[in-house]
Amino acid sequence: METILGLDLPTWWFLVIGGLITGYGVLDGFDLGAGSLHLFFNKEESRRLALNAIGPVWDGNEVWLVIAGGALFAGFPLVYGVVLSTFYIPFMLFLVALIFRAISIEFRSKEPWKWWRKMWDISYTVSSTAITLLLGLVLGNLIHGLPINKEHEFTGNLLTFFNPYAILIAVTTLSLFMLHGAIYLVMKTEHRLYTKLTVIVNNCSKFFILCFILTSMATLIYVPHMTARFKAYPELFAIPLGAVLTLLNIKRNIDARKYFTAFLFSCIITACLLILFAVGLFPNIVISTIDPAYSISIYAAASSAKSLKIMLLIAAIGTPMVIGYTTFLFWTFRGKVKLNEMSY
Amino acid sequence: MPSVEILSRIQFAFTIAFHYIYPPLSIGLGVCLVIMEGLYLKTGLLLYKDITRFWIKIFALIFGIGVATGIVMEFEFGTNWATYSHYVGDIFGSALAAEGIFAFAMESAFLGVLLFGWNKVNKGVHFFSTCMVALGSIFSALWIVIANSWQQTPAGFRIEGEGLKARAVVTDFWEMVLNPSSVDRFSHVIIGAFLAGSFLVISVGAWYILKERHIKHAQAMFKVGLSVAAVAALLQLFTGHRSAHYVSKYQPEKLAAMEGHYDSSAVAPMYIVGWVDNKAEKTTGIKIPGGLSFLTHNSFSAPVQGLNATPKEERPTAVNFVFQMYHIMISIGVALIALTIFGVVLLWKNKLFNKRWLMIIFCWSVLLPQIANQVGWYAAEVGRQPWVVYKLLKTSDALSKKVTADQVMFSLILFTFVYVVLFALFIYLLNRKIQHGPDISEHAESEYDGYYHDNITFHPTKL
Repeated sequence: METILGLDLPTWWFLVIGGLITGYGVLDGFDLGAGSLHLFFNKEESRRLALNAIGPVWDGNEVWLVIAGGALFAGFPLVYGVVLSTFYIPFMLFLVALIFRAISIEFRSKEPWKWWRKMWDISYTVSSTAITLLLGLVLGNLIHGLPINKEHEFTGNLLTFFNPYAILIAVTTLSLFMLHGAIYLVMKTEHRLYTKLTVIVNNCSKFFILCFILTSMATLIYVPHMTARFKAYPELFAIPLGAVLTLLNIKRNIDARKYFTAFLFSCIITACLLILFAVGLFPNIVISTIDPAYSISIYAAASSAKSLKIMLLIAAIGTPMVIGYTTFLFWTFRGKVKLNEMSY
Repeated sequence: MPSVEILSRIQFAFTIAFHYIYPPLSIGLGVCLVIMEGLYLKTGLLLYKDITRFWIKIFALIFGIGVATGIVMEFEFGTNWATYSHYVGDIFGSALAAEGIFAFAMESAFLGVLLFGWNKVNKGVHFFSTCMVALGSIFSALWIVIANSWQQTPAGFRIEGEGLKARAVVTDFWEMVLNPSSVDRFSHVIIGAFLAGSFLVISVGAWYILKERHIKHAQAMFKVGLSVAAVAALLQLFTGHRSAHYVSKYQPEKLAAMEGHYDSSAVAPMYIVGWVDNKAEKTTGIKIPGGLSFLTHNSFSAPVQGLNATPKEERPTAVNFVFQMYHIMISIGVALIALTIFGVVLLWKNKLFNKRWLMIIFCWSVLLPQIANQVGWYAAEVGRQPWVVYKLLKTSDALSKKVTADQVMFSLILFTFVYVVLFALFIYLLNRKIQHGPDISEHAESEYDGYYHDNITFHPTKL
């Protein structure tokens, strides 16, 4: 099989999708988390500040999901069809939640009425939280494996998704995004809201540390296939070790009120956790709980070599451009958020 | 309960038709915004700044709903059409990936600057962002129309595997991208989008003029909208002809359905209005004899391939529907040309804005390009049936194997409910924004000399 720099094409595309999903987690993670925390702010001005802190960037962040979806469709069409049709109902709810979240942000500021704003505030928090939990649920099921038969058909039912491990991953994802969002918001705000957020950040970090410990234990005990690779390649233990060190650094920087550094570390830990997932999964994308032989590997699912090469070229041209726009956007809106007449 | 196939088709048709209200508006508004802000930069008149900011707010509303309903489309390929996803992924996927990475990322990053950046960046950078958003929305149309065109006229591929495991694999990227219908269909779609956006601007301008509100601003936006619309309406005549020509060459069954033509040995007329009886295989109406023959073969007496040349199970069954949709689109296209040319002539003679009846027509005209865009797509997509990928994969074979009718019924009800609410909110908020009008800068009223003081002859009490 053709290789580039010693890696074959499906592996490259696996890395591209991994990179896109990580980018999505790091970027949209904080604005989803900010959404989940929204109802904790009581004052109208605080809520507006919190919304405008993510205002210029949330739409760009969500685009990473669209690109990651397109990349999965393009590179591993078999998996795209199997995963999405298997998770039919969760994905439909996910799509509806995405719609409600987008319109909550957009519509809230359009009327001054109290009930109107309250309605969209609730809708915003509920949809942000639902999106996070559903993503976590899908992730949890992919880590845990699915009852997939020889024909790549799902043999379970809706209840199969709600297994305790997947629910734990969903809650952990929520705790991670809430922490990530809280750090982002505290970094972007000042005065009273800032003071309030310093308390919220502390609570979120405790919540996340608890979830982190529980998830680590549950994975070690119940999902042996995730740890098998680490036993085979002990040097990979650097990643979980890195995650733990990062977590300690988040805590240390929060306590020292160095929120920008803490934010960088919470980006890193999001990336670390997704890399752990990717390492455990590789070279499969969907793991079968019926028989490991029925698992769908990147080689079975990949598009043709020609198509993968074209798309790698597109990614190679496109990625620096996307990083360029994103940097420009974040640089333009650096510093503490201020309200003006174009604000939400 | 209806079958999974019917429900999935209804769901896809409904969600995409609803989605398609918004992107054409954003694309067309993007062009108008570039012109408005460009005029502001060029002339320095605050009036243009006011209307630019006013339309940016409406753009944000439309864009937001467009993105939210668009994500649904992307994921629906996988949820409801898993076999199709597997079949076309190798080809369709790269177009979608390119759309995401080249178009959406650019569009959404610069949108942040466009919406929130007035006080953060200088005028030049802001204008640049406006241009990038407009360009990004055009790029996204480009890639998605390429993907759709490949379904109409597949090229640059080979088939691997057998039966339901078969899939199309790309052999030549550029041949796939520039398949026989890409260029014609993209130009037709994008100009349709320009019309949709510019007529919204015209309509709102006309409404203010009728209500005698913000008259200077209204005239300025009307002129921007009208200039885009007039150019677009004329170009659409050309791209429309090109599109019909490609259909006649590559999808003769579709063209035959569009004109209700059955008998392959007969000279084919072109109908102005008509009715198709698919059972009796007969079409009646007002027609140009030999018109379709001329379009296809440049001769009024040449026979044209009819629906009968194709076996019944391989040709569209909703012939009258395709016929009507196609003819509504064409009638609207002709009406838009007449309307915009008439408008431009009157504007040139300084007699435009005091014609109250004409302003009423322009006010309602916003619906015309919307309807034409919708019915044009209905004709194109229903006319392709029973194929989802023309002559390669049937729609009935493209479904997800494990999805049940109950599940699709659930999601269909869910989307119907959500979209009805969404549409009501959209209309309500759009109306609020229009009622509120542009925020007028202090000196904007006195600085603009393109305002025709004497032209407003009707009195507010008449309204």
